[in-house]
Amino acid sequence: MLAQRRLERRPKSRPLLDRAILGPAILDSFKKLNPRAMARNPVMFIVEVGAAVTTLFLIRDLARHAPAGFDFAISAWLWFTVLFANLAEAMAEGRGKAQADALRRTKTETTARKVDGDRFTIVAANSLRKGDIVRIDAGEIIPADGDVIAGAATVDESAITGESAPVVRESGGDRSAVTGGTRVLSDSITVRVTANPGESFLDRMIALVEGAQRQKTPNEIALSILLSGLTIVFLIAVATLLPFSIYSGERQTVTVLIALLVCLIPTTIGGLLSAIGIAGMDRVMQRNVLAMSGRAVEAAGDVDTLLLDKTGTITLGARQAVEFITAEGIEQLEASRIAFYSSLSDETPEGRSIVALAERNGVSKEDALPDGATFVPFSAYTRMSGVDFGGTSIRKGAPDSILAWVRENGGDAQTNLAPDVERIARAGGTPLLLARNTQIVGVIHLKDILKPNMRDRFARLRAMGIRTVMITGDNPLTAAAIAGESGVDDFLAEATPETKMDLIKREQQAGRLVAMTGDGTNDAPALAQADVGVAMNSGTQAAKEAANMVDLDSDPTKLIEVVEIGKQLLMTRGALTTFSIANDVAKYFAILPAMFAAAYPAMNALNIMRLSTPQSAILSAIIFNALIIVALIPLALRGVDYKPRGANAVLRKNVLLYGLGGIIVPFIGIKIIDVILAVLHLT
Amino acid sequence: MTTAGWLQFAAFFIIIIALTKPLGSYMARVFEGERTWLSPVFAPVERFIYRLSGVRADEEMPWHVYALAMLAFSAVSLAWIYLVLRTQQWLPFNPQHFPNLAPDLAWNTAISFTTNTNWQFYSGESTMSYFSQMAALAWHNFVSAGVGIAISVAVIRGVARTTTKTIGNFWVDLTRCCLYLLLPICVIGTLVLVMQGVPQNFNAYHTVKTVEGAAQTITGGPMASQEVIKELGTNGGGFVNANSASPNENPTPFSNLFEMVMIFLIGASLTYMYGKMVKDTRQGWAIFAAMAIVFVAGFCIAYAFEGAGNPLIHQLGVNGPNMEGKECRLGVGASALFATVTTDTSCGAANSSHDSFMPLGGLVPLVNMQLGEVIFGGVGSGLYGMIVFVVLTVFIAGLMVGRTPEFLGKKIEKREVQFAILAILVTPVLVLIPSAIASVKHDALATLGNAGPHGLSEILYAFSSTNANNGSAFGGLGSNFFWNIATGVNMFFGRFAVAIPALALAGALAGKKAVAPGIGTFTTNSTIFVVLLVGTILIVGALTFFPADALGPIVEHLLMLQGKTF
Repeated sequence: MLAQRRLERRPKSRPLLDRAILGPAILDSFKKLNPRAMARNPVMFIVEVGAAVTTLFLIRDLARHAPAGFDFAISAWLWFTVLFANLAEAMAEGRGKAQADALRRTKTETTARKVDGDRFTIVAANSLRKGDIVRIDAGEIIPADGDVIAGAATVDESAITGESAPVVRESGGDRSAVTGGTRVLSDSITVRVTANPGESFLDRMIALVEGAQRQKTPNEIALSILLSGLTIVFLIAVATLLPFSIYSGERQTVTVLIALLVCLIPTTIGGLLSAIGIAGMDRVMQRNVLAMSGRAVEAAGDVDTLLLDKTGTITLGARQAVEFITAEGIEQLEASRIAFYSSLSDETPEGRSIVALAERNGVSKEDALPDGATFVPFSAYTRMSGVDFGGTSIRKGAPDSILAWVRENGGDAQTNLAPDVERIARAGGTPLLLARNTQIVGVIHLKDILKPNMRDRFARLRAMGIRTVMITGDNPLTAAAIAGESGVDDFLAEATPETKMDLIKREQQAGRLVAMTGDGTNDAPALAQADVGVAMNSGTQAAKEAANMVDLDSDPTKLIEVVEIGKQLLMTRGALTTFSIANDVAKYFAILPAMFAAAYPAMNALNIMRLSTPQSAILSAIIFNALIIVALIPLALRGVDYKPRGANAVLRKNVLLYGLGGIIVPFIGIKIIDVILAVLHLT
Repeated sequence: MTTAGWLQFAAFFIIIIALTKPLGSYMARVFEGERTWLSPVFAPVERFIYRLSGVRADEEMPWHVYALAMLAFSAVSLAWIYLVLRTQQWLPFNPQHFPNLAPDLAWNTAISFTTNTNWQFYSGESTMSYFSQMAALAWHNFVSAGVGIAISVAVIRGVARTTTKTIGNFWVDLTRCCLYLLLPICVIGTLVLVMQGVPQNFNAYHTVKTVEGAAQTITGGPMASQEVIKELGTNGGGFVNANSASPNENPTPFSNLFEMVMIFLIGASLTYMYGKMVKDTRQGWAIFAAMAIVFVAGFCIAYAFEGAGNPLIHQLGVNGPNMEGKECRLGVGASALFATVTTDTSCGAANSSHDSFMPLGGLVPLVNMQLGEVIFGGVGSGLYGMIVFVVLTVFIAGLMVGRTPEFLGKKIEKREVQFAILAILVTPVLVLIPSAIASVKHDALATLGNAGPHGLSEILYAFSSTNANNGSAFGGLGSNFFWNIATGVNMFFGRFAVAIPALALAGALAGKKAVAPGIGTFTTNSTIFVVLLVGTILIVGALTFFPADALGPIVEHLLMLQGKTF
């Protein structure tokens, strides 16, 4: 039960505070102080400039031998603020890097046997170009990504997927793609290389998880604009406070004004924004899904319509026999035995399930076929299969084909089973007629078996406001029955690549975002058209190229988890933005009375936290502002808690937690820091 | 605080709620180009105007063409008003023989009326001829209100429409607004006010002997007609300097109530019209509710402080509310309500002296204006300012439901955020930067009436008022070259620097696809949204001004409690 095991596999999780990651991350957070790198993040860039300016004032004061303790403390905490934000980003990147390193270890230098006409030349793997043809024998490592053009082989892909069971790769069809770095276990294959050195799947994977290619996603850009706008607003509010303070008779120092500015601008979200994005991709990665861009993960959160293939996603891949309905005058045991014979050599899952059902009905295992029996395999032309032995022919297959066969044999094609055939089809099953020579024996009821818990999953999706559409090649009758049983919202029956494409386009016309999974080459156009396309790693190279995510476990239900991660990513951004802005209320009440304590002692009425001294008030606010970034790093990396519920319920909870909480928490935090500073006599 | 005060507030608010839906529905019909019961009268006039001016009524404009038409119209009307004021001594209807205005005052006044601000650095009764009052000022009261409403209609179309480039025709919107909306209400309103005793004539001023034997000049003029549009168009420029405190402009308690209703009428009805046009009236009521919450809160604070009176005077044994600067006929309740109403909207008419309010009572009008006049707001400008806040709220809070923020099914992305932020930036830039300059500039401080925190309040009030196109004055501020030029520039950008990003935002929204709402999408008509919208307005709008206001009215209040006044 390979599929079952994959389903149960838990995501690889890494502890949030990993010593191996923290060390280099601390080093990186200093490297990131480079102003050119900081300028990518306007909010934190302002903080860095502020820290630099206060440091200059500190140096001036020290040179003049003026008391500089307060300036030193402010300046130091401003630097900490920048470093903490850098640390958050470095930690998120570090987690990706750890994953990349693990991947890189699988990337061993190897040689390849390049096919030149009818000769082989041995070349280095990294000299292979797109279009080159190579031959790989058992035990060798596949030197580059490519398509099998001749032969078939079992391949160990555990380096990429972590799945130890080997898979079959063969030319033609949907299992022709091979990945560089995987190992051929048996047989030999000829492969056309499809990626230049440095562009292979593994290379892209490493680059992606390392964040080297990271570009800001659309929502991240929009949010950055909002944060920059707010920063400008507060810059104006604080800069104009200098002339106002002169008018009011207590000129403020630049250090104090910078402290106020840094407290007001949205440093919490500004400092954690990129970490949230990187961590989102990382969480997708931990579920063994490779996102080609952060944009794809973000889009997943927006998905309105989910297209799911019936087979493999909603139902187990194979149908199973659940009952034999006998024709008049035939005993159940007799029918079971005939069904048993018909399927003994049928190695398809359906065939095996018929055998199993017959055995449960009392057919003994010893009833083997007599020697000399010939198995008649299923063909698309005859649409039936069966067995011939000692003058007896047994066939099972599509009802009209079997009727025609019986008629051909000179038998009576009249049967009282028509209503049963109809009933089974209506219930979403597949009826197979069973016949012996000129006689119709009965109907085998093959049933699609739903994967466990799918109903719950669809209910969860519905609660999130996502519509699920089942895609199937079945006729509308069967499709409707399975759709009803599994609880999907809609279905597309008798689907072809074209109707699938039309459906996606229609949904997108209505403004909806569509996600789908696919693995075949004929899925590629639809995967490319869909806003979120997840290709199965077992699929073709074309499908993988067209998709914007690849599921290394080839588990189509994974799409649901990816959607949840996307939503969580956006929620985390919104929650921290709200928290960050709400924090400003308390900071005003801490800093403003402190600033004008001398000119207007009456302003102490606004000091509702009763902070001990003006200096302690300003310092406490700055320290709180820096520490809150560190405190929220785990939240940024993990994402806010997410339960699938309607938008209004989610909103209410988050507004209470991060909006109201954002107003209250800093009042408490600043007060505590002030008390500690007072106790330690630091101000 | 008195029962009568609260009853008047209740009566006022109930009338507004009752009128919002009928007038809002009527306005929706007008601006959707549907037939109304006034069409038989005005449709021929409308067609005639289009034929005369060569406007093709069925031609729709993209946002930038709309904005250019609006700017062109404003530029021409600005030039017209400047010309009239500079030449009034040679023009007719000048029985008092007033001379031409000085260039800087004419420039200030021209911008003031073009931008629907009606900031007045002059006294109408001793400066303006009747011709200037009617042809320049009253006419502008109409068209500047019309321009504001037209922009808001265009912005609503941008919100309502999908996958289109156009947001209406500026000339049609302006014409229909003046004809179908402003004119009929003004005709009725003028008659009501004349009935209450407001003058409407072309006579020279009367000089009468009072019972005490002194000579008193009683102004006349076409006052009632100008009074209605002053309120209805949230213009606020008084015919006389005393504005609505004058017994001629505002003779009775009924006229006082009537004038306040006129001020809120269109701003409130626009919310319903918005709901109608986006095909979800709950959206409109949600915005109405957010506005109403801030309005009621503001009134309660203002009334509480004015009603409580000055503790320093109480110590002298004189108890009672703060009556300084208030018209005895109207009293504290009506004054606090009028002050709140006139500054929630960008009206700026006044029936009391805001300068004489208690520090925190006066803070209410100040903060109202600093929020960007979105509490019902200026006709049109209030609604499009509010839509900018809605977009911002949707963007911040919408993320918290786990989707890219959506406003009525349209994704709020980079461009929309950009334009919203541009519009939001205008108020802090135009209020704080000039105030900061004025607070340390010698010639600015020279005409300041008071020192200390109260002086700073006067500076902040002047720039808050001109930026918000309100036009009410805190008093205590004399006109000179600095103030004429600075407030003029301020009014100009306060109007157009918000209107153009708002139109751009509308253009961006109009081009978007809309997704049908589901349970996973963020709704903008729920209670929680109203709370969030109010929160965003208060935190983003008001927090910016907290430091400045703290050094003005707030510290003044705290010092007053310690017995120190300015």
